[in-house]
Amino acid sequence: MSDTRPVPLMVRVRASGQRRVAAHGVWIGAIVMLAVLPYVFSSRLSLTTLCLMGIMVIFALSYNMLLGQTGLLSFGHAVFFGMGGFFAVHAMNAVEAWGVPLPLVVIPIAGGAAGLLFGLVFGAIITRRSGTAFAMITLGVAELVSSGALILRTFFGGEAGISTDRTALVHPFGISFGPQFQLYYLVAGWCLLSVGGMYALTRTPFGRMCNAVRDNPERVLFIGYDTQRVRFIAFSLSGLFAGIAGALVAIDFELMSSSQLGVEQSGTVILATFIGGVGEFAGPIIGAVLVTYLQVTLRDLTDAWQLYFGLLFIFMVMFAPDGIAGALARQRPVLQAGQLHRVAPYYVAASLPALVAVVGLSMVIEMADQLTVHAADGPRMMFCYVPVSADAPLAWAVAGLLLAGGTWVFLRAAQRAKDAYDEALSTAHPRRVLP
Amino acid sequence: MLEIIFISTLNGVLYGMLLFLMASGLTVIFSMMGVLNFAHASFYMLGAFFGFEISRYVGYWPGLLLAPPAVGLIGMAVERYGLRRVHRHGHVAELLFTFGLTFVIQELVEMIWGKLPVNYAVPRLLDFSAFTVFSTTYPAFKLFGLLISVAIFAALFLILRRSRVGLIVQASLTHPEMVGMLGHNVDRIFMLVFGVGAGLAAVAGVIAGPALVTQSNMAALLGPILFVVVVVGGLGSLAGAFAASLLIGLLQTFAVASNASLASLFGQVGGLAGSGSSLADIWNVTVAQVAPILPYLLLVLVLIFRPRGLMGTRDT
Amino acid sequence: MKRALASAALGLSMFGAMAAPSAAAGTLKIGYVDPLSGGGASIGQMGLNELNFIAERINAKGGVMGKTVKIIGYDNQLNPQVSLVQVQKAIDDGVRIITQGNGSSVGSAIEKFVTRYNARNPGDEVVYLNYGAIDPALTNQNCSYWHFSFDANSDIKMEALTNFMKGRRDIKKVYLIDQDYSFGHSVAEAAARMLKVKRPDIQIVGDEFHPLLKVTDFSPYIAKIKASGADTVITSDWGQDFALMIKAAGEAGLKVGWYTYYAGFGGGPTAIKQANLADDVFQINEGFDNLDHPPARAFISAYVGRFKANQSFWPRLVNETGMLFEAIDEARSTDPSKFVPKLEGMHYATFSSGGEGFMRKTDHQFFQPLFISVFGPLGPNQPFAEENTGWGWKEVAKIPVADTILPTSCKMKRPG
Repeated sequence: MSDTRPVPLMVRVRASGQRRVAAHGVWIGAIVMLAVLPYVFSSRLSLTTLCLMGIMVIFALSYNMLLGQTGLLSFGHAVFFGMGGFFAVHAMNAVEAWGVPLPLVVIPIAGGAAGLLFGLVFGAIITRRSGTAFAMITLGVAELVSSGALILRTFFGGEAGISTDRTALVHPFGISFGPQFQLYYLVAGWCLLSVGGMYALTRTPFGRMCNAVRDNPERVLFIGYDTQRVRFIAFSLSGLFAGIAGALVAIDFELMSSSQLGVEQSGTVILATFIGGVGEFAGPIIGAVLVTYLQVTLRDLTDAWQLYFGLLFIFMVMFAPDGIAGALARQRPVLQAGQLHRVAPYYVAASLPALVAVVGLSMVIEMADQLTVHAADGPRMMFCYVPVSADAPLAWAVAGLLLAGGTWVFLRAAQRAKDAYDEALSTAHPRRVLP
Repeated sequence: MLEIIFISTLNGVLYGMLLFLMASGLTVIFSMMGVLNFAHASFYMLGAFFGFEISRYVGYWPGLLLAPPAVGLIGMAVERYGLRRVHRHGHVAELLFTFGLTFVIQELVEMIWGKLPVNYAVPRLLDFSAFTVFSTTYPAFKLFGLLISVAIFAALFLILRRSRVGLIVQASLTHPEMVGMLGHNVDRIFMLVFGVGAGLAAVAGVIAGPALVTQSNMAALLGPILFVVVVVGGLGSLAGAFAASLLIGLLQTFAVASNASLASLFGQVGGLAGSGSSLADIWNVTVAQVAPILPYLLLVLVLIFRPRGLMGTRDT
Repeated sequence: MKRALASAALGLSMFGAMAAPSAAAGTLKIGYVDPLSGGGASIGQMGLNELNFIAERINAKGGVMGKTVKIIGYDNQLNPQVSLVQVQKAIDDGVRIITQGNGSSVGSAIEKFVTRYNARNPGDEVVYLNYGAIDPALTNQNCSYWHFSFDANSDIKMEALTNFMKGRRDIKKVYLIDQDYSFGHSVAEAAARMLKVKRPDIQIVGDEFHPLLKVTDFSPYIAKIKASGADTVITSDWGQDFALMIKAAGEAGLKVGWYTYYAGFGGGPTAIKQANLADDVFQINEGFDNLDHPPARAFISAYVGRFKANQSFWPRLVNETGMLFEAIDEARSTDPSKFVPKLEGMHYATFSSGGEGFMRKTDHQFFQPLFISVFGPLGPNQPFAEENTGWGWKEVAKIPVADTILPTSCKMKRPG
């Protein structure tokens, strides 16, 4: 809520002008950053990871159109992702077979069209319900489609999937999109386009109606809008953008298989969106980048990465259900009131014991893993470049101390940080009731 | 023909009863608390592994007695320290919490017992074939499972309908504030209900473990079917869950027994079946091949046309 | 709080990212791309254990051309797309030899990727050694110069199996049951085709496909097999599906001969013992523990002594690494473009029996003697039991190399 003191008109105009520059600045900054990134992270794996992040960003944002903006929890969003990808590979193979001079850059349109089509078809039936029934139907549909994909072997290619060659299409300006470097710019371009499109949607009256349906569907009916219609359109449009993401992933891997349609892929996007934060537009972007990065690196660091993921998820659901972006958004009033310097030391003071506790927990998990899963390799292992013997009581004592001690100190420091935050807020708005 | 029908009916009933055993706990939790517990199948898996571990030292029967209460206690702790915090953030957060819990439990089970199946053996007392029908033998252990399922159904039904505790629990579902004002500790009731639900899942685990394969992925295999049973049966209805389990068990078993396909019914239409096209795939697929996905089809249809389920007392 | 967690998570992974991939001149890196977490992890871990064991032994003898052999595991969770990311990670880490064996969908994706990569990056070639993805397409229509298959593909195994069944007059009615995916379909189709040619008198009384890893109750399928009157079942089922099916068969009192590809792994032996089906379940593969070949038995004893919890292993990985090291020695180079020509056409004394196999140049398929074994109580001179059941695999027949040869449709694009 804005400050209610009367502000001279001139100041207000200038402030809005500044705000507009700031808003455009974000987009310009994003374009510059996207253009420069591959020069900073230029290894093959980094480029692949960046491409995957871009694709996941589109996918997660499309999912948030359902979850964050319209309040619909879906377990089958990967269906549109997968269908978009399959239509894209078939389109690419057809273009190659018939010699049509269509460049690679327009192929994601085929994916988007497929996503939209299936969104319309499924949405007509599914969006008749909302809430838990909706979630259950999407789960059933997801299982049906992924099982059906194994039966319809011709279109879906069985488990091996359908493969294609992205360099086989016509090369505009001599760009074949073979090197990962060139592919990155394709993905980045489409990512920017999609993010822009989805952002624009949130600013339209339709976007507002979605929020209204999420918050108070009864009221929406009283005003005279059809909630089912709103849900239906939101569902279809989110399918459109998920289809674009699917087409891009098919182009990236030059392969599309039915595993991309399934419940695990749907689960990943839920994870990414939720961790990033469903309440803010930028939330899924943060979540997508983080989860993709963790998936690529954590997998080879530790066997127990699923355990870490599960714990992270549970932790976020319990203590930070509005995600990373939500937590950052809560700092905004403090920032605006210029009180950040008051709370920042408390945040740092709280994050240190948190880090210690996480290290302790990780040590416990890794040592347990060494003793159980890798029992045949003996108890000697490396934890963060420190040699440790997994069955040594000293090591366990240290780990337990770090975990317990870190948690205890963290809880105290978190409480202090929370108090400091409340105080900073009340200083910023002395005459208002705290939210 | 008669043989196939009789055997399929018997197999279908046995399978359906196993499903009910697993789904009974979930029905109780879902009906009473409105919480869709994704981790229910994980409690089932914990029950099987706890039963296995106990049976390694003292035999199967102590496992049957001790594993369910142990898992029930874990369930109560999960509710008290986890779900209760998440409850105020809404249904979505609850679902996601139990979703994350499945990963954690599966990974812990894998770390402790490994990824290979474990040799959870049928108890010697029941390791014989009960009867032979049409040259197919039926093991006594499966009939034991059938008896337990029926017994649990009867017990739950009586407790919920006839006892004071059951009435209070039913009331807490629809009027929690009123029940609280009457002096009952609603929080504790929910905790007990969740614990009982988890314990029931564990009983299913101890029974199904030797019958099926006890392995760290058993939760992921059975999880989705349980939701189908609960939703198709209807919210708030134990009898509905019983009926739905039987229905799904019989449906799947009869579907597997049938080799019918569109091709077998209508013949090869103008070389359609030979052509390598999607239409050919659909034309040639047999009912047996799609049998395990029929429950999901049922789920989607029920939710669209009759969201109350077979015998539900209120909408999902 | 949440920022702290995010930064901690990032920090932990930074520890790994900071590790500079040492391009030490003294190491020969082999990338192992298979599942190390999730459902397939127990099988994936087996291969990694075995490769590490082999690497230790060869390093104790001075390594390969003086270089230390280093095995790096890349978890792919049986997912083709994740596998491609992992292969790229391996290439970034300086790995030029990729090995994989679980899942033809993954194998196919890796083969296509490696072929494309080598075409787009001449001079940086990578070679893909396949020890278990047995889709025939990999050495037929999708063959590649940079791919080598060390396991008999599913058609070759069926050729060997049907050659064995040709002489068994007690087999009259055969029931085919397989998992409903490409591999299952290809095995069933090959079985029907080959039996019709070799034993037209055999009746195929069932051709069943069940969904992959979704069925919990196999009793209806067992009932169908019984109703058909079959005396033999041919199945390519593995893992969970095979275990549940065998248990259901034991419970229902079904007495048939089971001819399988993968009964020996992932819980199969445990299930067979639980079902009490002694001497009824056969498997076809390139070797099993109780073969009477002293060098193999010495290796196996050392291996099971070391890996007590997970004693199964693949003889074909020993063949693969043996041939790889020999090719490198012959070519005096670890550059794939130099040792691939030495690897194709190579003759090699296989691990399990010492019988000679050869790597066919036309399609890079390794042909070797195959064995049929049966699972049951052990006799004298049969020291190795499986999965702590007390039962083990016993020899029934040896299929000589000549009886396993199949033509190929491969038209390989060779460099230069």
